[in-house]
Amino acid sequence: MAKRIEVSDLDIFYGNFKAVEGVNVSIEPRSVTALIGPSGCGKSTFLRSLNRMHEVIPGARVEGKVVMDGQNLYDPDTDPVAVRRQIGMVFQRPNPFPTMSIYDNVVAGVRLNGGRMKKSDTDAIVERSLQSANLWNEVKDRLDRPGAGLSGGQQQRLCIARAIAVEPQVLLMDEPCSALDPISTLAIEDLMTELKDRFTIVIVTHNLQQAARVSEQTGFFNLNGVGQPGRLIEFNPTEKIFSNPDVKATEDYISGRFG
Amino acid sequence: MTTTETPPLPTTGRRQVGDSVFAGAAKAAGILILVVLAGVAIFLVTEAAPAITAAPEDVPGGEGLAAYIGPLIFGTLLAAVIALVVATPLAVGIALFITYFAPRKLAQTLGYVVDLLAAIPSVVFGFWGIFALAPALVPLFGWLEDNLGFIPLFAGPASSTGRTMLTAGLVLAVMILPIISAISREVFRQAPALHQEAALALGATRWEMIKMAVLPYGRSGVIGGAMLGLGRALGETLAIALVLSVSGGITFNLISSGNPSTIAANIALNFPESTGLDVNTLIASGLALFVITLAVNMAARYVVNRRADFTE
Amino acid sequence: MSTPTPTAPSRPEAAPEFDLAAESGNRLPRFAGWGLFVLGALLAAAPTALLGWSTGLFVVLAIVVGTVVTWGVSRAVEGRRKSTDRLVTCLVSSAFAIAMVPLFSLVYTVVSNGVGRLDAEFFTSSMVGVIGEGGGAYHAIMGTLIVTALATLISVPIGVLTAIYLVEYGNRGRLSKWITFLVDVMTGIPSIVAGLFAYALFALLFGPGVRLGVAGAVALSVLMIPVVVRSVEEVLKLVPNELREAAYALGVPKWRTIIKVVLPTAAAGLGTGITLSIARVVGETAPLLITVGITTALNVNPFDGRMATLPVYAFYQLTQPGVPPEFGINRAWTAALLLIILVMALNLIARLISRVFAPKTNR
Repeated sequence: MAKRIEVSDLDIFYGNFKAVEGVNVSIEPRSVTALIGPSGCGKSTFLRSLNRMHEVIPGARVEGKVVMDGQNLYDPDTDPVAVRRQIGMVFQRPNPFPTMSIYDNVVAGVRLNGGRMKKSDTDAIVERSLQSANLWNEVKDRLDRPGAGLSGGQQQRLCIARAIAVEPQVLLMDEPCSALDPISTLAIEDLMTELKDRFTIVIVTHNLQQAARVSEQTGFFNLNGVGQPGRLIEFNPTEKIFSNPDVKATEDYISGRFG
Repeated sequence: MTTTETPPLPTTGRRQVGDSVFAGAAKAAGILILVVLAGVAIFLVTEAAPAITAAPEDVPGGEGLAAYIGPLIFGTLLAAVIALVVATPLAVGIALFITYFAPRKLAQTLGYVVDLLAAIPSVVFGFWGIFALAPALVPLFGWLEDNLGFIPLFAGPASSTGRTMLTAGLVLAVMILPIISAISREVFRQAPALHQEAALALGATRWEMIKMAVLPYGRSGVIGGAMLGLGRALGETLAIALVLSVSGGITFNLISSGNPSTIAANIALNFPESTGLDVNTLIASGLALFVITLAVNMAARYVVNRRADFTE
Repeated sequence: MSTPTPTAPSRPEAAPEFDLAAESGNRLPRFAGWGLFVLGALLAAAPTALLGWSTGLFVVLAIVVGTVVTWGVSRAVEGRRKSTDRLVTCLVSSAFAIAMVPLFSLVYTVVSNGVGRLDAEFFTSSMVGVIGEGGGAYHAIMGTLIVTALATLISVPIGVLTAIYLVEYGNRGRLSKWITFLVDVMTGIPSIVAGLFAYALFALLFGPGVRLGVAGAVALSVLMIPVVVRSVEEVLKLVPNELREAAYALGVPKWRTIIKVVLPTAAAGLGTGITLSIARVVGETAPLLITVGITTALNVNPFDGRMATLPVYAFYQLTQPGVPPEFGINRAWTAALLLIILVMALNLIARLISRVFAPKTNR
């Protein structure tokens, strides 16, 4: 599992407004790639364009290429639903399905994709996914309880378990810890380090320490002014970005001079 | 983990079947609504046509369609206007009471109680109008005739049963009260809390706060609500059919037993026993009612939506 | 007002900047508002008792005198601004009280007149061969249930699908704007016009003078669909977008997301909305009067001729009670009572649904 994603000349639009311009990047498999930058610079928009979640918003569209495993995700014949099955996503706010139990939440992706499965198979998926999300020991006695009854950090790990239960190639995380307390944040960061052996992980974060702690590669997004499109300013190994960046703006941002 | 080759991403043909079927069904249902509304207009016109083209002496009353429908339109408007004049101030008062004056814990329950009025079927209002309200109003009508008889509205002779235009208007007022007050409550509740707090912070009393920060904001909502109430009052059928004692034509006299009927009540009372051209005539009058209520409701929606545009 | 500077107070240092007690002015004690109003009402009670005026007159007089007394005393003690505030308080409270009078009067009238015939016979027999005493509304109750169920069967799929189109597929396009507008317009269609529409439609199909249960159901659907659309639309809008995105991100197609995630999340609201829309039409009389007519015997086939329904039954029992009239009128009241009970029960069920089946979240 885990695949490389090649992005070339990607422009992202909301209606006529160009939100992100000219992104060229190669995201390495089996590693964590962090995207940082000031608010409104388009890093979340870019992340959402990687699994075609972007186009869920009316009027949103994309120009350019995103290639995974030799296939263009934006090929006219490609089904966005199939893309999302290969590239999962975890959101800023934990969003377990309120009508479903913990168990049902984990297998939601599998079941909603239309698969009829034996109970023993789903049992195995639930245990494996929750184990992977470091949540199994905390919830194994109450799998039939509503998922919304867990704490915020547990809910977020449940959402991660739900995302990896469908065995995607890539896991996108959109500020997954920004709604969580420090201890839950630490748990998720540990989890990312474990998961990167099996998945390509891309994370958007506002927390520079977090980017430094968990990622191998870091991309810095910025925009020249309000109403201008965001751009990928620099993409380098995390160590380099945080010690000796190529671009002045990156250094200014890292050292807290703006943003 | 074993590295398995990813299956190629599926293409358009296969994927969209479920989605397009479902989206198509949803869209068809929406379009059906357009068709139904068009159908209402078309069928009414088709069935009304014989009466519109008929010779005047064949139409009930023998003087043509306009002479038949005219008094009915007048009666419809008169009853609805009485209802509106009585109900609007009351409804605004109720809405203010529930949103700003009633104890917080009680407010929601009181809202439910007012909404109960909206739940009572119109035929039951008719029963109540005949047996409870009309007799109770008879002394009032007598008093009005004796003391305010110089005003044409109260010229008399006062009805001895109480089944007058004023009674019918009051029953309608009670019926549209919950509609107007529900919409008023909604707009009052949406008045920006910041403005209200700003007014209070300036040392305003509760009423001054409402005058400054709530009423200006809610005015067009209240107007729209009142017009929706008017639309309901225009089309109200059974309550009027039961309460109003009908005989004669156009008169502004509200307390006598000689009143013009309303379109809706006239249809309800005469339709079951009608055949031939009489049915077409009644449907023609229904078409007139449809046009009037359509105009009122569109105007009301326009007012309400303009407010929505303004605040968003 | 000038900004107070701490170093240079404008007043002598000993005096406080302001005196709360003085600023507050003379104030009436806390319960003075209601106390004065009741006092005024009692003043109105005196002539009522002496001259034997009616209850209605007393209520009006009590409100007027109570308001005047409250306002006058407050004006004398507290000044203009506060007295105006109290005056408005009295007025809006009175508005509410006045609205309660018809509600209680109506419920009292219907219950006291209708409870007499609320017996087993009323629920088990029809009006076949009944001229005076006895008889019941079994046929009308069955008719109301059948016609309403049929209307629900027509309206709910159309209404729910339309709402789904508006919320999930419409994207605020031109078609969805038109549908929204026309649904609003449809909400305002007078019930008698809906009846005429159904009659005209079926008259074109089956010839003039047609009376069918299904025609009544169509008429009720015209009234019911917009209510269903509006309430379901509101409920679907309340479903957080995050849940839809979560499902999309799992690679779930849109239609499955709607069926498996959006609709179950909104289930409680859907149940409430649909129940309330049934309550809205179950008491409708006018459209059924002209499309379904009335019978004295039971007819359970909505595709074959006239049927009896409870509201129309009540109407005819009152307007054509037979000889002697009191038995018919009593049956009419009981039918009216039954209608109110039915509508209230539906409202209560709607509330229960929204309370019991609401998704349990800790947000």
